Amino acid sequence: MGDKCGQQSLIFSQPPVIISGANIVGPEEGEGPLGSYFDWILDDPLFGEKSWEMAECKMLEESAKLALQKIELQTQDVDFFLAGDLLNQIISSNYAARGLEIPFFGLFGACSTFAEALLLGSMLMDGGFAHRVLLGSCSHHLSAERQFRYPVEQGVQRSATAQWTTTASGVLVLEAQGEGPRVNMGTVGKVVDMGISDVNNMGAAMAPAAADTILTHFQDTETNPDSYDVIVTGDLGSVGQAALVELLKQRGFDLGEKLQDCGILIYDTCEQDMHAGGSGCGCAAAVFTGLFLRKLREKQHQNLLLVATGALMSPISSQQGESIPAIAHAVAVSS
Amino acid sequence: MNGNVEQQQEQEERQEEYRLLVDEIEPKHNIVKNCFFAFLVGGSICLIGQLFLTFFLTQGFGFNEAAAVTAGTMVVIGAFLTGIGVYDEIGRIGGAGSIVPITGFANSIVAPAMEYKREGFVFGVGARLFTVAGPVLVYGTLISCIIGLIYFLLY
Repeated sequence: MGDKCGQQSLIFSQPPVIISGANIVGPEEGEGPLGSYFDWILDDPLFGEKSWEMAECKMLEESAKLALQKIELQTQDVDFFLAGDLLNQIISSNYAARGLEIPFFGLFGACSTFAEALLLGSMLMDGGFAHRVLLGSCSHHLSAERQFRYPVEQGVQRSATAQWTTTASGVLVLEAQGEGPRVNMGTVGKVVDMGISDVNNMGAAMAPAAADTILTHFQDTETNPDSYDVIVTGDLGSVGQAALVELLKQRGFDLGEKLQDCGILIYDTCEQDMHAGGSGCGCAAAVFTGLFLRKLREKQHQNLLLVATGALMSPISSQQGESIPAIAHAVAVSS
Repeated sequence: MNGNVEQQQEQEERQEEYRLLVDEIEPKHNIVKNCFFAFLVGGSICLIGQLFLTFFLTQGFGFNEAAAVTAGTMVVIGAFLTGIGVYDEIGRIGGAGSIVPITGFANSIVAPAMEYKREGFVFGVGARLFTVAGPVLVYGTLISCIIGLIYFLLY
């Protein structure tokens, strides 16, 4: 059985293996620089459904089916399904779980959900409660816009620090044994709030949480930046990443080129007019299952630390002027 | 107690320090560029409105009727452009230039109407039609009443 290590970290004694992964993305993500890494690029953001919400749900369900199909498994071969999304009462995940008929844990960690699911899934495996776990998260630009911001056709100008909620879903299958990248360690984040209340600048709100989790991870697990060849943050965007670099520098760490961000990688921010970059539960999920899973399998990366960050506000809390609490969970994966 | 107060102060100081850091990092709005595009887009919309007004005047309408028909025409154009998904693109470039003219008002009504159609005509379209335009109507009416009252008292 695994061990708790330091204040917030976990070390798995039998590191679960990532045996499969799949993702589906929308048209903008497909046109981005990572287009060739995704399994399925939608031409129609409605995905043949009646509403954006149901399209988002179908994306998660179809990526789950695709991930299982790749390893020739059925839904009944899986013990648990862990998933989350951004919509009220996480309906995309609930409706996807209805279709999949796998025992289900619904999670909410905003854009950190993917790492949260990966961490909890690994704990279930290492605790001996599951033999195989399916986990994932999704987001849809248009359903998020109508919930958090304006109607889609409303003519408004976006702030330069604003991030673009990605239309994407990503799913992984974990198994106790097998070939593939392994989940070795994790650090559970604390909620950090540095008083940023601008919902158009979520990257800045999330950067302190990312810094806190990364530093705690190094301390708890006695690792350092040299232990990893890439440290991937979820979706800080360009503003959040710049803030993170400064915060880490203040504590004496310079990660340089090692520090990458899914929100920056997924779009060509200038060409596609995405301002500070991508965000949303699906961003880290699709970039990890697309780009990084492949790089781990091809041994281009040996040790990767995924630090997915989430801004935990709601439209109500931000209208009431409350600041944005943020969280970051870290998961260490080795090839 | 003292410990708590000190802790709180320290936290506030750290937050303030971080806010300064973020201010430094944030990309700045280019006011000159934004104003230029707002002027260009807003001005073009007004120019089109003026052309309609002049046209209606030459067709024998009185000034008041011509102004009302022009406003109606501009609303129809704004609604149409929203319907075919063009007005949000204009808004992206024009900013306030596309929000302030009456076409922006049409956009703010039609966009929610399209958006919330899936929640039905009563709780969707009916209830949410004025989510964006509502505050404009409420405070517009309120301010008109106050100014009317002042006018009445003065004269």
